[in-house]
Amino acid sequence: MGACPTHIDVPRFIKKIVSGNVAGSAKSILEANVLGASCSRVCPVEVLCEGSCVMHGRGENAIEIGRLQRFAMETFYEAGGTVPLRSRPERKERVACIGAGPSSLACAAELRQQGFQVTIFDKRALPGGLNTYGVAEYKLRPPDSLREVEMIRGLGVRFETRDVDAAELARMEREFDAIFLGVGLGAMHRLAVAGAEAIGHGAAAIRAEVGIIDALEFIARYKTGERLSVAPRVAVIGAGNTAIDAACAAKRLGAESVTIVYRRQRENISAFDFEYEHALKEGVEFLWSSLPMRISESEDGILLECVAVEQDGTGGLEPIPGSEFAVECDVVIPAIGQSPLVELLSLVHGVAMERGRVVIDRATGQTTNPKYFAGGDCVNGGREVVDAVADGKRAALGIAAALTGQEVGRG
Amino acid sequence: MANLTTNFAGIRCPNPFWLASAPPTNCGEQVMRAFDAGWGGAVWKTIGEPITNVSSRYSSVDWAGQRMMGLNNIELISDRPIEVNLREIAEVKRRYPKHAVIASLMVESKRETWHEMVKRAEGAGADGLELNFGCPHGMSERGMGSAVGQVPEYAQMITEWVKEAARTPVLVKLTPNITDIRVVARAAKRAGADGLSAINTINSITGIDLDTFTPRPNVDGKSSHGGYCGPAVKPIALNMIQQVNADHVDGPPIPMSGIGGVGNWRDAAEFFLMGCGTVQVCTAAMHFGYRIVEDLIDGLSEWMDAKGFVTVDDFRGLSLPKVTEWKRLNLNYKIVAQIDESLCIGCQLCHIACWDGAHQCIHMDRVTGPVDGHVEVHARPREAGRERIVVTPIPKLDSLDPPPTHLGPFATSLERIPRVDETECVGCNLCSLVCPVDQCITMVERPSGSAPETWAERTSAIVERAG
Repeated sequence: MGACPTHIDVPRFIKKIVSGNVAGSAKSILEANVLGASCSRVCPVEVLCEGSCVMHGRGENAIEIGRLQRFAMETFYEAGGTVPLRSRPERKERVACIGAGPSSLACAAELRQQGFQVTIFDKRALPGGLNTYGVAEYKLRPPDSLREVEMIRGLGVRFETRDVDAAELARMEREFDAIFLGVGLGAMHRLAVAGAEAIGHGAAAIRAEVGIIDALEFIARYKTGERLSVAPRVAVIGAGNTAIDAACAAKRLGAESVTIVYRRQRENISAFDFEYEHALKEGVEFLWSSLPMRISESEDGILLECVAVEQDGTGGLEPIPGSEFAVECDVVIPAIGQSPLVELLSLVHGVAMERGRVVIDRATGQTTNPKYFAGGDCVNGGREVVDAVADGKRAALGIAAALTGQEVGRG
Repeated sequence: MANLTTNFAGIRCPNPFWLASAPPTNCGEQVMRAFDAGWGGAVWKTIGEPITNVSSRYSSVDWAGQRMMGLNNIELISDRPIEVNLREIAEVKRRYPKHAVIASLMVESKRETWHEMVKRAEGAGADGLELNFGCPHGMSERGMGSAVGQVPEYAQMITEWVKEAARTPVLVKLTPNITDIRVVARAAKRAGADGLSAINTINSITGIDLDTFTPRPNVDGKSSHGGYCGPAVKPIALNMIQQVNADHVDGPPIPMSGIGGVGNWRDAAEFFLMGCGTVQVCTAAMHFGYRIVEDLIDGLSEWMDAKGFVTVDDFRGLSLPKVTEWKRLNLNYKIVAQIDESLCIGCQLCHIACWDGAHQCIHMDRVTGPVDGHVEVHARPREAGRERIVVTPIPKLDSLDPPPTHLGPFATSLERIPRVDETECVGCNLCSLVCPVDQCITMVERPSGSAPETWAERTSAIVERAG
């Protein structure tokens, strides 16, 4: 259980499944992690709980903790179970959570459990953040994400769809006693390759079935059912977990060929090993040491001109003369990371940033502006759902301590 | 080479493995197939005036993913006419003259009825008789089975009646549903029984359906207590058999056919070591079929060869002198738990068991990372123990340092490997019992510095001093 950022008591919930007490099992999961259902689907358990399972020490496979958790949570929700609300007095203090993703949801749920009045603000039509829009659909379907959101709404958390600007922030600062920033990261980096600007982007690319669409937008569009097919030839640029999600999604939407173009080698990818293996099984092809140089429209699609590169002594990449080649495709999906939400965060006075991340006190989630707390991707630069949940809950405890004038345990 | 040929109280058979009187010995066809499979003898399903059975009849206790750790039944004696059973016994004996067929009998408590039943069974060719004084359900309500076995006077009287008529060896089957099983064993000895069988099944209710509130097995919405058997009862059987086989009241012990949870040759060897001459098997055969006898035979033979025993008599009863009264155990014998750090997987079950269920002497207080030689302790044991009790799942801050990837010679990080405080360890064994890794926790002897002394010796010394 030490390997789980939210410290789910694994032996406890498994023992309850064994005894047939599935509701008790689910409740003990929810006590630690209110998004226990989605985490059981999206957590990279190989590097978390199952990775530290003691069975490895016996030379045996890990207990399948993720699947057991999923069983407990699914059974509980299917039977109409809801997140139990602690018995406590209502409090008058009000907290705003900006962003409706996992960290805000976890923060809001814990604050409600302590009696605080919480409102979540998000600019998108559906709450849930990346759980609803960003995680590949074969891992987490939007209805599963929204079911969890409903559980949290059931605790008495209010949700408002609103784009937060300077005026809105000023109003919030007046009306709320504390504000949690769970805003995540901003837009994906644009493909900075010659010719990219001349190619249709985003919605235009989707309509024309030719063009450039970033990975998160691609995933969001098919997850929300806007677009359920893809052009036959897809090139994904980048080799992180999001790139793998997009590539596998393209395969599943019917693409005949999906190629991941990556400038470094297999051992340099940031995707987890099991994600890479998964992509291979889906039939995704990988082009290593390939740097996109130029992109242009051709007669029947897009020509992505690349050059083979090799690493020089300092870790830089050096093009190999004469090694130019072209990838013919219809759609290019860049998955080369998200940029920080600099614009929004710059509106918040006194909240210090460092390398694009909000600076917080790790134990309380408090930013350099004592009224603001933060957690999730905007703090950690983009990690797992379960990390965001842990951040959100920790910040809730920090907010509760600050609003009630208590010290928070530093664990 | 091991020789399993057996002469039990005058009953000869190719090996000491008998099927107990139960569904596996219901009819001649079954018994012949069992003999073909290798069984040395069979105690026929109890013969008496035919009864009517109910459905259902069995229920079981499953445990930790295993089926039928214990089996319970409310089936009565044979539901087939006496003459059919006897005719089939005759046929089996004609075809399998070297195998033992023992007729289990139960009739109403009248001298003439018993005399007639004994003569008819022996007339059919039975090699011996087993008196069913143990059946705990149904028949006992009609004044038979355990109703007889629970009253020493009745048991003695009926055994005497049987001995008046019998020419073959008479075994009395004992019920465990009694305060002191030796009382009825002595009654059987006084009546001249040639041997004993123990134990019969134990009164039981195996469980209740939590939707209907009806215990199992369910007979049209009601249930009745049954008789419990299978692996779960073996420890109870071994204890009762030890009590009877070590008892010299009313004469020396007589041959014992051991019954109760025997499923493989290891179980059988234990019953022989406790003084049994044969063992009887039922649940394991009902669970896995007659062919389990193959492992009983060659498993025991291999073990006997390895130990240098030729016959079962060579080791029969060797464990009896090793059971004594508590007051004759050495109070100054000291063992302590020792954890093999190279095998420990860091599950911490021993730590929890020791803290909650024993003597708080296994601690989680080691430093992280590989340590050469001497192990550091960085917290006082009681504090370390208390800190680990997690009550509320509050996400804690993990160290920013990555966990150590180099575990040295260990299977887990050193901080997960518990440490035994030998000065506090009482040698209770609990940690070694809960440890999931074979040989990881062993109990090792430590010199106590005192001469051996038993409680009996200590108290008599005090009495002498006082005197």
